[in-house]
Amino acid sequence: MTDTTVQDLAPSSAQKFRQRTLPFLILAAILVAIPMTGPSRTFYTIAHQMGINVVFALSYNMILGKGGLLSFGHAVYFGLGGYLAVHAMGWIEEEAGLWGAFPVFFLPIVGFAGGALAGAIIGWPSTRKAGTTFAMISLGVAELIFAAAFMFDSFFGGEQGISGDRMNGTQMFGLSLGPIDDVYWFIAFWMFVGILGMWAFTRTPLGRLSEATRDNAQRVQFIGYNPQKVRYLVFIFAGGFAGLAGGMAAVNYEIFTPDALSLVPSGFVLIMAYVGGIAYFVGPIMGAILLTYMQSMLSDFTEAWLLYLGMLFIVIVMFAPRGLAGIVFGFLDGFRSDDRGAFLKSWFTTLAGGFLMLIGLIILVEVSVRWSNGYGEVYEPFGMHLSHTNPLTWILFLVATVAGIALTYFANRDKEGAA
Amino acid sequence: MSTYALSLKDLNKSFGPAKIITDVNLDIEKGERHAIIGPNGAGKSTLFNLISGLYTPTSGSVKLHGEEIAGMAPHLINHRGLSRSFQVSNIFINMTVRENVRCGVLNAMGQGYSWWRNIGSNKEVQSRTYEILERCGLVDKAALPASLLPYADQRALEIAITIAGGADVILLDEPTAGMSHSETDRAVQLIRTATEGKTLIIVEHDMGVIFDLADRISVLVYGEIIACDTPENIRGDAKVREAYLGDEEEPDVKEMV
Repeated sequence: MTDTTVQDLAPSSAQKFRQRTLPFLILAAILVAIPMTGPSRTFYTIAHQMGINVVFALSYNMILGKGGLLSFGHAVYFGLGGYLAVHAMGWIEEEAGLWGAFPVFFLPIVGFAGGALAGAIIGWPSTRKAGTTFAMISLGVAELIFAAAFMFDSFFGGEQGISGDRMNGTQMFGLSLGPIDDVYWFIAFWMFVGILGMWAFTRTPLGRLSEATRDNAQRVQFIGYNPQKVRYLVFIFAGGFAGLAGGMAAVNYEIFTPDALSLVPSGFVLIMAYVGGIAYFVGPIMGAILLTYMQSMLSDFTEAWLLYLGMLFIVIVMFAPRGLAGIVFGFLDGFRSDDRGAFLKSWFTTLAGGFLMLIGLIILVEVSVRWSNGYGEVYEPFGMHLSHTNPLTWILFLVATVAGIALTYFANRDKEGAA
Repeated sequence: MSTYALSLKDLNKSFGPAKIITDVNLDIEKGERHAIIGPNGAGKSTLFNLISGLYTPTSGSVKLHGEEIAGMAPHLINHRGLSRSFQVSNIFINMTVRENVRCGVLNAMGQGYSWWRNIGSNKEVQSRTYEILERCGLVDKAALPASLLPYADQRALEIAITIAGGADVILLDEPTAGMSHSETDRAVQLIRTATEGKTLIIVEHDMGVIFDLADRISVLVYGEIIACDTPENIRGDAKVREAYLGDEEEPDVKEMV
């Protein structure tokens, strides 16, 4: 065993290619392929929102998942970066100073700078402590900045916010950024840069130390690091990447309002990251895609979509704390294990149980919402007439829920018996 | 004149009315292997915490290579060449063994907080990490998550992280606690090679380990050093026998006497 060399300890280049290079090549290929399928306007609108949220959620996970810092005010950096980018868009339009030559395409860099600057200022006092203190300060700062947004009109523009026009300044790569498929390339480019940048960050000494500080801040001190400094530097980067997402949003929507830095998006980014899985780098990407989809599409199907969102969050926190990514990787591990048959049986039983419970929940929620509205509207899935006075409604609800709970219970009881 | 590697002068620590460390004076030469023994609750760990910066002394001075370090933050003391291990394994459980050691190596390599370099591409860091792993017998287990290591290997990793930064004064807090006989023998061998040419201060309950390793022994009882001498003289010291070795509860005593 002593003939192991230094090189053997590091992953081989084949492993590196498979685990590091390949995912990015696939991502790039998907991003290039999407416009070739001739997507609709609606698709583009949602895809752009997803791209912005992916970067935003990943930036949040730099502090939550990798740094162990729970923030309730991450939208502050998204918002301040975005506001700065919208203002810069205005300067480009007015050709103020050198700004006339600045391409709108590169506004996310301005957003990054704004977010990082905000992180450097706000993070200075707030990262001195981790844990509850940090969480409370982040909440206070979020409230403070949101309140300030209505006081400093010249920067925040009051309730109607600040708007701009992206079709000015120097064009880059032949993109006028007017039509939506031009904007697609802008979003795709910066999403790729954002993901790559944040992934590369995890591979730097500072990125690794951030994880070490999360796990054991005391030990980090005794190998010569100041955990406060580690947290502070990471916080600046997280603010910067949130600002990058803000800059993407500024160009995409051409407007920023104080709502963008309120507690609502701060909470939403927490849910995106957590639902996706904060222990994995790809977790927040999955969470951002799913939740953006729910936000845009589910709200068309049901007015109770926020209730489903809340339910999803609670279910993930209670039963799948490793998030969607944890479920996916757990499935892959189980699938590759020797005990594949037993694993698949229990996994699919749980899935079926969860599906039945979901049906029960949907019936309960949809019927209740219509009943409570009092317009006499009736929930009619698959041609069934499920009013609150129809006994079938409640029978279906009870059967689905009880059967779902029973299936899930037995699937997991077997698992524990085997272990 | 030569300065001591570590020098404690009139060191005191109280928590409220409770005096834990009382007027401790201790000079440790460069390259010396010094053991601190004493009954449970004598203040051995508190003394380590005072030296390494976890606690601030109530009064008195701690000098590392002649420089005052009392009350300094732990990471600054570490920068000045002092590193410590912990009684309870205090490692980064979500990382692999190699990453654990690498965290300890980075700072000494001047890569403290750098965010512009790929951690995997620095040859010097890699070879230094490998060297430490080899010295601590952990090469075979380098790719394992630290949380899956057997207990004795976790203790070895604890020592590996402690020496990784290249500090020349090493404080080990009960490195063999909870180990079997064969594991203890291996650990002693490891400590001997890992701290070659360095100043070692070790807190230990296992008398076998101490008489094997130490050049000098300090006996700490109720926060005071009641004796400080070579192992032979400590063995014969009446005061030590009375205060410490007379305690029949202590199982290691029989081994020693």
